[in-house]
Amino acid sequence: MSKLSMSPHIHSGMSTGGIMLDVIIALLPAAVAGVVIFGLSALWVILTCVISCVALEALFTLIAKKPQSVKDLSAAVTGLLLALNLPANIPLWQCVVGSLFAIIVVKCLFGGLGQNVVNPAIAARVFMLVAFGSLAKAAFPVDAVAGATPLAPGATMPDLLTLFTGYYGGAIGETCSVALLVGGIYLVVRRVITWHNPVAFMGTVFVFSFLMEGYDPIKALSMVLCGGVVIGAIFMATDYTTSPPTPWGKVIFGIGCGLFTCLIRYFGSYPEGVSFAILFMNILTPYINRWTRHKVFGTGGAK
Amino acid sequence: MRKDSNLDVLTKGILKENPVLVLILGTCPTLATTGTVDGAVGMGLAALAVLLCSNVFISLLRNIIPETMRIPCYIVIIAGFVTIVKLFVQAYLPDLYATLGVYLDLITVNCIILGRAEMFASKNPVVKSALDGIGMGIGFTIALTAMAIVREVLGNATFAGNSIAFLEPYKISFLTKAPGGLLVYGLLIALVYVITKGKAPLKKSFSCAGCPNAATCHTACTEKGDEQ
Repeated sequence: MSKLSMSPHIHSGMSTGGIMLDVIIALLPAAVAGVVIFGLSALWVILTCVISCVALEALFTLIAKKPQSVKDLSAAVTGLLLALNLPANIPLWQCVVGSLFAIIVVKCLFGGLGQNVVNPAIAARVFMLVAFGSLAKAAFPVDAVAGATPLAPGATMPDLLTLFTGYYGGAIGETCSVALLVGGIYLVVRRVITWHNPVAFMGTVFVFSFLMEGYDPIKALSMVLCGGVVIGAIFMATDYTTSPPTPWGKVIFGIGCGLFTCLIRYFGSYPEGVSFAILFMNILTPYINRWTRHKVFGTGGAK
Repeated sequence: MRKDSNLDVLTKGILKENPVLVLILGTCPTLATTGTVDGAVGMGLAALAVLLCSNVFISLLRNIIPETMRIPCYIVIIAGFVTIVKLFVQAYLPDLYATLGVYLDLITVNCIILGRAEMFASKNPVVKSALDGIGMGIGFTIALTAMAIVREVLGNATFAGNSIAFLEPYKISFLTKAPGGLLVYGLLIALVYVITKGKAPLKKSFSCAGCPNAATCHTACTEKGDEQ
């Protein structure tokens, strides 16, 4: 007897595990760059976050008697993303607490992959920023003089070449823009993400900074390249679960992220606003989805 | 154990119908006073005293209070007992009085006390109402203390004001702030839900007769339809 299955019948061949593997591959250049720039301590932070995220997800699924979900690699991606958003000099126990928050509280308690309301890595980073306050003190490249992050009050902005190569203070994965852009292009080519989100995000930050910095395109470009905008736009704002699926929805989402990032940077009390902006837009995503719903084929009158 | 035996009335407030963690009543003092263990225990016991007295008093007067004017009557009775408790605390426990501040007065409008008056004391005899008040008060105190222990130990590395040296470098001060309170509260509700799964009261077991929202409630329940 033949078996009937529901449409759609054509499968693209993409699986959750495959997509997550692509994201990990795309993040590797930034991770390697982070270890090169910040030294071995960056490697320990990355390993701690990835291992504790995977282990905690395995443990939770065991205790809750859910189907084992470690194999889809999403916990590993969360751990890697979280680590790349942390400074290299962070105490490792804080990494474990952050991973616990990301995996257990934000992801598993809401029902696991696809059910979480906000991006686990972003939520954990914001949690750690509020809980420990130590994220504000950024780590510095092994062979550089210490100074504040470029966005801290009174700090000087490095030149564009430094911003591209990443030899300045910041989180492990956010400084080396070249590595992040390479990863982003790989994801777009592999059709894991579309260009709408990152371009709208970075474009909005550029335009806003251009207007705020006295119409200076170099300064505006620096504002885009520093402080986590690139990693946020490419890897965090494109999370399937917590960002809109339609092109227009993605554009609105990206513009919102860029707008709130700049509002926090220029008018807020924190020097950096990328993670807050993405978290906020994550919460607005259901509403954006409602405004940008696809018109169902065949409905509506003739024009 | 019968469903409405005295023992059941006394113990149901502790876990099965815990006012804070299952009925989700009285969340305002729960979030505000659980930053320290001292404050939480003080708040719990003050509410327990008011709850016991008001339940007994309202149960005694349940046939005299007119149906349409019952809420103002309850509030006046509760406010009277709150004033007594407040003056006692102010006189004998000035430190606690300073810690709790306005939340001591706010026991008057604590949903748990009004809720028990409405749901239980107005329909049950005096002894049962007293037991219900004690049980709910203990449940409230336990919930508050549990939250406060998590928040104070992990957030401030102290227990009831005494420093815990080995936790000092690992404290997560976020937990003592308002969002941390909400986080701990949510996790505790989830934990109690897991423990009482299948035993927690279903919506049906509440009668619509005692519910102040019954007139505007859109929940389709047969009970409401039968009464109208």
